[in-house]
Amino acid sequence: MDISLQQVGYSYAKGTPFEKRALFEVNASIESGSYTAVIGHTGSGKSTLLLHLNGLLKPTEGVVRIGNVSITADTKAKELKEIRRNVGIVFQFPEHQLFEETVEKDIMFGPMNFGVPAEEARQRAHELIKLLGLPEDVAQKSPFDLSGGQMRRVAIAGVLAFKPSILILDEPTAGLDPRGRKEIMELFNKLHKEEGLTTILVTHSMEDAAMYADQVLVMHEGRSVIVGTPEEVFADAERLKSFRLGLPRSVAFQRDFEKLIGRPLGRLALTEGQLASSIAAALKEEGER
Amino acid sequence: MKEILSLDHVSYTYESEDGESRKAIDDVSFTVWDGEWIAIVGHNGSGKSTLAKMMIGLLFPEEGSVNVFLEKLDAENIWDIRSRIGIVFQNPDNQFVGSTVQDDVAFALENNGVPFEQMVPRVHESLAQVNMAGFLDHEPHHLSGGQKQRVAIAGALAMQPKLLILDEATSMLDPQGRDEVIKVVDDLKRTTGLTVISITHDLEEVLLADKVIVMNDGKLMLTGKPEEIFAHGEELEAIGLDLPFASRLSRYLRQAGVEIQGEHTTEEELVNELWTSHFNK
Ligand SMILES: Nc1ncnc2c1ncn2[C@@H]1O[C@H](COP(=O)(O)OP(=O)(O)OP(=O)(O)O)[C@@H](O)[C@H]1O
Ligand SMILES: Nc1ncnc2c1ncn2[C@@H]1O[C@H](COP(=O)(O)OP(=O)(O)OP(=O)(O)O)[C@@H](O)[C@H]1O
Ligand SMILES: [Mg+2]
Ligand SMILES: [Mg+2]
Repeated sequence: MDISLQQVGYSYAKGTPFEKRALFEVNASIESGSYTAVIGHTGSGKSTLLLHLNGLLKPTEGVVRIGNVSITADTKAKELKEIRRNVGIVFQFPEHQLFEETVEKDIMFGPMNFGVPAEEARQRAHELIKLLGLPEDVAQKSPFDLSGGQMRRVAIAGVLAFKPSILILDEPTAGLDPRGRKEIMELFNKLHKEEGLTTILVTHSMEDAAMYADQVLVMHEGRSVIVGTPEEVFADAERLKSFRLGLPRSVAFQRDFEKLIGRPLGRLALTEGQLASSIAAALKEEGER
Repeated sequence: MKEILSLDHVSYTYESEDGESRKAIDDVSFTVWDGEWIAIVGHNGSGKSTLAKMMIGLLFPEEGSVNVFLEKLDAENIWDIRSRIGIVFQNPDNQFVGSTVQDDVAFALENNGVPFEQMVPRVHESLAQVNMAGFLDHEPHHLSGGQKQRVAIAGALAMQPKLLILDEATSMLDPQGRDEVIKVVDDLKRTTGLTVISITHDLEEVLLADKVIVMNDGKLMLTGKPEEIFAHGEELEAIGLDLPFASRLSRYLRQAGVEIQGEHTTEEELVNELWTSHFNK
């Protein structure tokens, strides 16, 4: 399903003295099967934007299109049902989406809600507990008696369990240990490719945005200010800086190295591996001079 | 050197309904000295937050003792001791009590009998330190994730604590915001002798610490300076941790056939090494 946002505006508590405008004239188009990273400093509107993509928030201005459903300020809740079945969202705070008595029940909730028989849902829950690197014995524990990173893993399992075709991830690796971070980002990427998911990732990790995304959307003070490929977006350090964002570590290191040798390396190093091979090649050339 | 906090053979097990229980903390001992910056790292579920909760007497050890400011923590002295500790929990939502940002930050001060004339400037100053001065009358629960973390940090700073405990307090800040907050804390450490215990998964932040404590499955596995800890690359990876960027890049470079002398944990050191060994011959 393609997603598009046209001139989307959103105000929290609209019409009250506490009204707070969080989005202004946001435009974006997200193709079915693509991987989009949304970056931006604290409070720039990233989470607010994501909540529009499964109908949890309706735009106060403009239109959000998901497949052939259009969501405007007047859309009725009933019309959003089909969207909720297709869109899985991992919230910024895992506690906001955990609610069942046990971890097993929590993960089973989504699939059962969409008509999967209990036994199959239970089986999926146990597979996911393993896949997300949780200890086996968590299944019968309360999801609230877990460590922060374990709760995060349960929240992710609960979303993957109902096999959404659009996967929305709001800083899904915050609180994960380094191995968990790597493994779970790889898991999303694998599902993205194998199941043809449309993936939208909000992240403060410029490295993850550079490594995984086809498209990077930069938010600044409630507006969508840059859309482009990671190569395009991360090539322009000055522009990013004006939005209080920096470069992925590999690109920043590339720039330092380029200063050292006095010439550019050619392609932008979006991963550590790419950076190492570009540097190795450049040092070899220097040596041959 | 004065001791600020020590754990002496501490163990803890959470009660569970099915009677099956594993030790969340298993015979952990360490000492934190005045003015130190301590980083605590470890895989998810290794016991870091449990340690933090024991440091302020939210949980009491089933064996061993927790000593803060040279007093053994018990039900009687926890209130006095807590008034000298600033703590930021992993989930800021669990910490908010006020209905506005400024009330929330003022709450702990009021509880500790700070006079009103001092309270207002302290609230404003600490919110300004984390760049949240523009949000005084906002409701804490209605902020973005990173804004919530900033307010929680301001709450802890306003206490002007002797000891600051941060449990993944900057996990949702953008990189620049994270650097800014860390700088504020580091400046306080330098100027006021604040002691900092920071639980983190951010390996670059670990490099700033004076001492690192590595937890694994409830046990203290390693302790030492950051360079000493990161010399154990393979052991760290085996328990779910990793190396900082510059160390990882060094490894990739060696695999690509680039000669690198020594170990380098920061980008600056690594660039310098590339310069000296390849150009400055
Ligand atoms: N429930 C709410 N009520 C009122 N204002 C809100 C609410 N949630 C967020 N805001 C405000 O809207 C703006 C955008 O918030 P949003 O949560 O979308 O930011 P974000 O880009 O996700 O930030 P972060 O990186 O810190 O999570 C912020 O200024 C925030 O204070
Ligand atoms: N309230 C609780 N009831 C029962 N068990 C708990 C509770 N809180 C934590 N645990 C368990 O105790 C162990 C240690 O948890 P702790 O929260 O201290 O880990 P952590 O190192 O802080 O992990 P993370 O990096 O994920 O925050 C984990 O196995 C966890 O499941
Ligand atoms: Mg957010
Ligand atoms: Mg924890």
